[in-house]
Amino acid sequence: MEGNAAPLLRMEGISKHYGGVRALEDVRFECDKGRIHALLGENGAGKSTLIKVLTGVVQPDSGSIILDGQSVSFAGPAEATEAGIVCIFQELSLLPDLTVADNIAITSPPKRFGLIDKRAQRRLAEQALARVGAEDIHPFAPVGDLPLSRRQMVEIAKALARKPRILVLDEATSALTAADVTKVFAMLKQLRAEGLAIVYISHRMHEIAQLADDCTVYRNGRYVATFAAGTKSDDAIVEMMIGREYSSVFPPLSEKKPDGPPVLKVKDLSWAGQLKGVDLEVRPGEVVGLGGLDGQGQRQLLLGLFGTLIGATGTIEVNGKVVKLASPQRAKSADIGMALIPEDRKNEGLMLPMSVRENLSFAAVDGFSRFGVVDRKQEESAINEVINLLKIRSDGIDGPVASLSGGNQQKVVIGKWLMTKPRIILLNDPTRGIDVGTKQELYQLLRRLAENGAAILFYSTDYDELIGCCNRVLVLYNGTVTRTLEGGELNERNLVASALNLPPSTASTGPAELAAGAV
Amino acid sequence: MSVASAVNGRRSREAWGHWLAAQRGILIAIAIFAAMFATYGWKQEVGLTASIINTASNKGALLALVAMAQTIPVLTGGLDLSVGMIFVLSNCLAATIVNGSFLMTALGVIGVLLVGIICGTINGLIVVYGRLQPIIVTLATGAVYFGFALALRPEPGGSVNFEFADIMTRSFFKVPSSVILMLAVVFLIWIPYRRSVLGRGAYAIGSSEQAAYMSGVPIARAKVLAYVLAGLLSSIAGLLLTAITYSGAAKAALGADYTLNSIGAVVIGGTSLFGGSGSAIGSIFGAFVMRTVGDLLIVFDINPVLQPLFVGIVLLIAVSLGSLRLLRIKNRLDLYR
Repeated sequence: MEGNAAPLLRMEGISKHYGGVRALEDVRFECDKGRIHALLGENGAGKSTLIKVLTGVVQPDSGSIILDGQSVSFAGPAEATEAGIVCIFQELSLLPDLTVADNIAITSPPKRFGLIDKRAQRRLAEQALARVGAEDIHPFAPVGDLPLSRRQMVEIAKALARKPRILVLDEATSALTAADVTKVFAMLKQLRAEGLAIVYISHRMHEIAQLADDCTVYRNGRYVATFAAGTKSDDAIVEMMIGREYSSVFPPLSEKKPDGPPVLKVKDLSWAGQLKGVDLEVRPGEVVGLGGLDGQGQRQLLLGLFGTLIGATGTIEVNGKVVKLASPQRAKSADIGMALIPEDRKNEGLMLPMSVRENLSFAAVDGFSRFGVVDRKQEESAINEVINLLKIRSDGIDGPVASLSGGNQQKVVIGKWLMTKPRIILLNDPTRGIDVGTKQELYQLLRRLAENGAAILFYSTDYDELIGCCNRVLVLYNGTVTRTLEGGELNERNLVASALNLPPSTASTGPAELAAGAV
Repeated sequence: MSVASAVNGRRSREAWGHWLAAQRGILIAIAIFAAMFATYGWKQEVGLTASIINTASNKGALLALVAMAQTIPVLTGGLDLSVGMIFVLSNCLAATIVNGSFLMTALGVIGVLLVGIICGTINGLIVVYGRLQPIIVTLATGAVYFGFALALRPEPGGSVNFEFADIMTRSFFKVPSSVILMLAVVFLIWIPYRRSVLGRGAYAIGSSEQAAYMSGVPIARAKVLAYVLAGLLSSIAGLLLTAITYSGAAKAALGADYTLNSIGAVVIGGTSLFGGSGSAIGSIFGAFVMRTVGDLLIVFDINPVLQPLFVGIVLLIAVSLGSLRLLRIKNRLDLYR
């Protein structure tokens, strides 16, 4: 176990801020050869940032990394790889146009006469693929043509071909099939026996129960505890993960319970293996939250409703009528009245170099133009109304949106859609990366919109927000709604537990049961 | 017959399948070119004599070399609008210094190639370390390079060593020198580049610069090298032009024409303008397709003034073939990525 000798890797006092947002504060981490060490924590706890620091993707504001007793710092992923630290990232680091073999041997291919030896490279790729049990993948196939689960296997093979001493898996199994997961687990245990240090991040508790030797929990950018796996119950672990500082105030839910027929009704929505038969209903005046861990299909669900997914199946009813939403243009049309506040405001929400005025009126411009000519007076009054409603602070509405603060930019995105007078509002993690003051204003706005009869579907990675803002929360897991939390049930403990797909019972679960329940 | 050999057979068929798919762009360009050239030879009254092939090859080789130059920055997801101007500058310089004794001529050739490399290095360094868009950087540097060409040769003229020009434009055993030159560029520059870490880095960057960075690809070096090679290949084309015309001329229209046509040839040759896939070999055939359009118009007795119209149509058809992949997209947002 943790002997007296210095560990292979020690990170101490790591802090990292992005603008005013604290991602890591005085965090530490240790891991040793021949151990699998799991990192635990809810969304935004700082696990991914810690890994980025370790692999040189971001530079910490302070703190030290000690590898083999030597203090090191990495200017980029290439240097970390050289030191033997290899990470399999959530966002794939594969080059879609290149072949599998090219990808696996991208930086240090076998050479003959100074040139890449394709034949040796192919052998190397085949060995790496065989090692992870993915012999079915042809080394000459272009990576972009492979399905996601196969690409993930290539990513793992690529990492292994780099002969790491420390292998980091950041949600590396989330896209894999069950059969692949079994193979990867066998491989990881083999690697552990060979003396690798493995750092494992997963939101699947049963995977951690099967694999991990040690666990470290983070919460809200801070270190909480390190313990040997199996010494704490599931409940105790969940307890450690929650207990975030309440940083915002939520307006009270209205007394009157929303009733009446649902304005939006979705049945059996499925798409490309990422949505698996989602059912939901939203009534006017209701704020319905989408919970669960990041990447369980919440984004795809919102995009599917807004008409950007091709080949989605299932039915969508708006005001009791089955509708076919084939494009955002159709979704926002007068008889549907849908609006989507996207998560990626810089790419999907705003035209950054254009003025506040233009950005605000883009979505609604049809409403106040005659014969294709914009009625400036009508536009002006509509814009002023929204600016007052949202309290957008800018130097003037003709300045570029890019010069506004993040929070005000987000208000412009929301304002732009409010100008279309939507009846169904879809929000995709709208408060990510904005300041607390603006967050509060947005919560109040949501409440007002709901009181005025809008139906709101609200995805957030912040559990406090879901608890504070929503009448109901649907928890998604693996592309489908696994649980609905409402009223007294809607608390952080239940949200975290159901996000991890643990049984709802709050009775303490022993480690033995946990291991048994894993399969 | 064991199971293993059956599996091996399937694996090797798969390997061929992937190879064919990867070469699809080149094969389409070759097929279009072969069809066009066969039609040309058939309609041509005297048939495909050595001298007709030589003339066609010389005309095509100039654009082919500039198009190969263009291919490399395009593979990284960039664009080089200065290739035509480096071509013209090299022409003006060669008509001045590729002269005199054997030694002087050889030094002159080296000088021209060096200037091409320097121009390319400047492009690459500004693009990488200035973090500017290649399209505007090379538009500006191209204007500068053309300025040098004008200063060097305000009036068309100059001369070139006769033996050098003769060797560059004749045929050896019925193979035109220009074809030998292109083969030399393919085997001595392109293929080694394609099979080097930095060459593959160019594809990696064009495919996804972020993923390339995460994988530890030396991005700065790979990008600079792409522009350096573009400069070098453009100056080789400038040398060939000097040998063909025996003189140098700083004509802006010539440079602009070659720059734009090189982009067309790159696309017809199956290279994606988004970067990441394609080949300089495809660009050779792309260039020949564009050049053969003019020859076809002559033998079919169509007014040669219409050449741009037909070149445009060929280009549109080639581009449409390349965008068939969009039919497979499942999320409409991906159309705009």
